[in-house]
Amino acid sequence: MAASQPCETRMPRPETGRGGWHGGPAARAVFRRGVIRVLIVANLLLGLNYLVWRYLDSINWAAWPVALALLAAETYSYIGAFLFGTVMWRLRPRGEPPPPPPDATVDVFITCYNEPVELVRATVRAAVAIRYPHRTYVLDDGESPAIRAMAEEEGVGYIVRSVDWRGRPRHAKAGNLNNALLQTQGEFILLLDADQIPSPEILDRTLGYFRDPKVAFVQTPQWFYNVPPHDPLGCQAPLFYGPIQQAKDGWNAAFLCGSNAVLRREALIQLGIARYAQELTEQVHRALRTADTVLRAAERQLPPDGRAPLHTALRELHTLVRDARAALQAGRTIQEVTWEFQRRVEALSLPLVREQLVQLQTELAQLPGLGSAEPRLADHLDDPATLRALARREWSPLAAIAAVRELLLAVDVDRAGEAQPVMPMATISVTEDLATSQRLHALGWRSVYHHEVLARGLAPEDLRSALQQRLRWAQGTIQVLLRENPLFVRGLSWGQRLAYFYTMWEYLSGFATLVYLTAPPLYLFFSWAPVRAYSADFFGHLVPYLAVNQLLFLVVGWGLPIWRGQQYYVTLFPIWIQGVFSAVANVYFGRPLSFVVTPKTRQQVRGQLVLVWPQLLFVGLLALGLLYGLGRLVLGLGDWVPVGVNIGWAGYELLMLSVIFQALTYQPAADQPAVPTVPGSPTLSRPLQAEPH
Amino acid sequence: MDAHVDVRPDGVAILHLRGRLDLVTAPRVKELLAKTVAEGHPRLVVDLAEVSFIDSSGLGALISGLKAARVAGGDLRLARVGEQGRVVLGLTTLDRVLRPYATVEEALAGY
Repeated sequence: MAASQPCETRMPRPETGRGGWHGGPAARAVFRRGVIRVLIVANLLLGLNYLVWRYLDSINWAAWPVALALLAAETYSYIGAFLFGTVMWRLRPRGEPPPPPPDATVDVFITCYNEPVELVRATVRAAVAIRYPHRTYVLDDGESPAIRAMAEEEGVGYIVRSVDWRGRPRHAKAGNLNNALLQTQGEFILLLDADQIPSPEILDRTLGYFRDPKVAFVQTPQWFYNVPPHDPLGCQAPLFYGPIQQAKDGWNAAFLCGSNAVLRREALIQLGIARYAQELTEQVHRALRTADTVLRAAERQLPPDGRAPLHTALRELHTLVRDARAALQAGRTIQEVTWEFQRRVEALSLPLVREQLVQLQTELAQLPGLGSAEPRLADHLDDPATLRALARREWSPLAAIAAVRELLLAVDVDRAGEAQPVMPMATISVTEDLATSQRLHALGWRSVYHHEVLARGLAPEDLRSALQQRLRWAQGTIQVLLRENPLFVRGLSWGQRLAYFYTMWEYLSGFATLVYLTAPPLYLFFSWAPVRAYSADFFGHLVPYLAVNQLLFLVVGWGLPIWRGQQYYVTLFPIWIQGVFSAVANVYFGRPLSFVVTPKTRQQVRGQLVLVWPQLLFVGLLALGLLYGLGRLVLGLGDWVPVGVNIGWAGYELLMLSVIFQALTYQPAADQPAVPTVPGSPTLSRPLQAEPH
Repeated sequence: MDAHVDVRPDGVAILHLRGRLDLVTAPRVKELLAKTVAEGHPRLVVDLAEVSFIDSSGLGALISGLKAARVAGGDLRLARVGEQGRVVLGLTTLDRVLRPYATVEEALAGY
């Protein structure tokens, strides 16, 4: 339907060329940044003025639960404004990219997981047609024969997980990429999701940034061609793939977004090696630190009678652990310490193995008709190589005790629990892109956000998929916050810390929104007022702050359709809350995240009401409260000012939440919109719709 | 990248590498290490005296060789790492894990 509707061109472009403004686009950018900086300062001062007044002179203790909850929500919002202001301070649109190097080697990775074959084929063909010389690979985590056949037909590489991954954690997309990184060797890697159709010039427009040898990656926007102009599901993200990333870029903190990005292999592998060294060191230290407890528990598990050799061996293991700890203290490397430890465990296990084999031989001898097995066993008793093999690590009789087995496996250098020792893409979060960017920045690498649409993809077309996608972003972002809080990560500058923390802070907004949605009905129904009086004092503090706040947002998002994004920022509060709870449960209690790969095909429209019941509940409460308040005013029962304020407040929140009805009634076009085979064609350009990252 | 393997009478294999150990040559080195281990020589010494340049992919190949060797009950030791190699080991903090031995003989001690 709308896909081929000709619209005004407002696709992101580098800000160069014929500007109407005197002084050109560069001067315009400087002027705009100046205005933004003035507004940032004004916003923070007015906000501080408001908040100080709220803390010191406004709290209505008679309704303290509402009063304190609202104060907490407003404090949250003010910190958010501070972070937003800090990030925006360095809004820096880049101009034309530098020319690409003449002889770089590039691998194009198309990651897929059970998408329809023809959808992937369209991406593969567009990838092959990229002008800059490159190799194209399909990274098929679904291991589908149809995708394999398609890759062969199109003449591109086809990569699935190696055997090392069998029975080990797969780590979703991060694992898929890590696997492929070890099977390819291009200097640069272009990441594309299965549905992201690249423009032929995508590499020519991005590789030039790598002339700076410290640049690790270049991210370009994500833009969706199946989204109608009014973007009912809020899939386009013009504020994020625009001022926000451009401002983060100013702090050297633009982050990877999984697709439409070019990465430097050296940076990724170096990160993988550094993480290997760090995590291995931690693993060995931790195992040796807790070994005493583990061994004591293991001794208690042994039957008190008999098994004396095992008792003795466990006691000797204590000594080995102590020696290993001392060696680490003395500065010996993990390699030396673990080698020594494993050899001594082997020596310790040898008598036990021999004893077991002798016992086995005796038992076998008593069985009739098994005489032929006997001499072979006897051979093994004399073969040192076999005995050593049976005494080693997980084969050792000591490893029969599960906790000891864990210890023996942990005090080694191979990270036995993982498919690969070196995992460049971070596996601590389902948003591996965010986590990996933060680690690259902490290692001192640089990043670039290039503001030009160079690939066009498919957005979710039904509510469930859209919600699932946002939930995954929220979960992943909070996972990174909990596991590697940027405020405390070594190697990041303070600007980078705040830029990352800003993104995480925003994902906590669900709780504040809940308060903002609850307060008006509580006043309208029960007259529980969070402030002592809706007085001139109140308006004098609040109105300037709100006005400048809105103005700042308006200037930052100038020319961009950011309204839809603002609506979803509020409306998705249950998703943001669920994301936080589920990430906390995952990180601290080991509970699995509900991680569903976003389907790229349409799903049933049924049952959608269940998905958004909290929003519908609040629409009902706010609407009833609004009508009740109006009724009271008409009947002359309420104070005009406070009731009026709360009616206006409720009306504003209703306007925000009203997007849910657009989402519920949205019926995507029956046919897939035409895949943009001629990317850049003006008929495909449409105004972007909003979404807060 | 040239490589030749000397197997000592005690079964320890010494790999003499020559040239650049980078993203282009790393897959071959990784393969060679895996092959040497699979042929029954899990105790390895990699002599890097003639290696002019190592990048992270090169280190990655050495780590995968180390893993293969350890799983087979052996080890992989680095000998005669050059100045640039030491810098890369330090940059990735891999020098906390791998000990660079000054000579092949030193690496062989205690094998």
